[in-house]
Amino acid sequence: MRIPEAKDPVAALRTALPEAVLYAKDFRGETTIVVHPQHLVAALQFLRDTPGLVYNFLSDISSVDYYPEPPTEQRPERFAVSYHLLSMLYKRRIRVKVFVAEDEPEVDSITSLWPAANWLEREIYDMMGIRFRGHPDLRRVLLAEDWDGHPLRRDYPLGYEQVQFSFNVEEIIKHKPLAEE
Amino acid sequence: MGVSAKLGNLGVVTTTLEQAVNWGRTGAMWPLLFGLACCAIEMMATQASDYDLSRFGMELNRASPRQSDLMIVAGRVTRKMAPVVRQLYDQMADPKWVISMGDCASCGGVYNNYAVVQGVDEIIPVDVYVAGCPPRPEQLIHGIMTLHERVKGERISQWA
Ligand code: SF4
Repeated sequence: MRIPEAKDPVAALRTALPEAVLYAKDFRGETTIVVHPQHLVAALQFLRDTPGLVYNFLSDISSVDYYPEPPTEQRPERFAVSYHLLSMLYKRRIRVKVFVAEDEPEVDSITSLWPAANWLEREIYDMMGIRFRGHPDLRRVLLAEDWDGHPLRRDYPLGYEQVQFSFNVEEIIKHKPLAEE
Repeated sequence: MGVSAKLGNLGVVTTTLEQAVNWGRTGAMWPLLFGLACCAIEMMATQASDYDLSRFGMELNRASPRQSDLMIVAGRVTRKMAPVVRQLYDQMADPKWVISMGDCASCGGVYNNYAVVQGVDEIIPVDVYVAGCPPRPEQLIHGIMTLHERVKGERISQWA
């Protein structure tokens, strides 16, 4: 069987789903396509199933919080979720990115395309607080179940105590909640 | 002249109840088999033949809290692990002691963040702190000796 010629993913996606692509950029040979959240699942399915693209392996899902900086045109919302795909056939990678609003941090789950996305999305929900619509079992995966907040958000307090040195140890001990027998 | 001297070598010694009990407690203080992070590697080295904790009556680390007297908290305690540590401590039979081994267990160490308890003394009472990252086996043994000295000094009135 002949392997079909590799296609340019950005051009192919632009032709097939013109309303999905917001913009695409190249940085040091890495391609990023920013898509509209509504068309995320369709775009990923297109990249996976089209001959000539076959991005069939989901290497990772990651999320970003751009908190202190105000939104820009290139970066319209506070959060972003990136999907890192690998085409095992053509040995090349692509990154698909969606921006997620702060007041309603929710994107469509892609567990229907890749079951491997299950725990990756749970981790993002756990650490970043972005919910995934249609996820079969959206619970915390790393932190304790009764945890407050989402620690990877940049407005989450880093710790609850100052670093202890000999000059401030007395001050810290005063407030330390020491355990009872 | 005490009774022992009068009786010659009949094999009788006199002592106080306090001393006999404290001798028994220090002479067979078995630690709980339980490590949390990198410090546990040094604890294993302390237990192994080079440093040989059996010299001090700690023949082996018991894998059950019901059979152990000493909890060596070896490593950082995350907030997810904290309830488990507390439960293990509650399951140990009295009398029981706790050594906080290493900077992480004592005060959070370099992990000053949301995920790590800033000192295991926030969840269980600690008798001896051992500094170091990680403490060498000699330091841990010194900590254990310090605890033994403390236990030998206990009085009946302090026994629970
Ligand atoms: S004190 Fe150092 S060696 Fe011990 S658990 Fe912490 S980081 Fe690891």
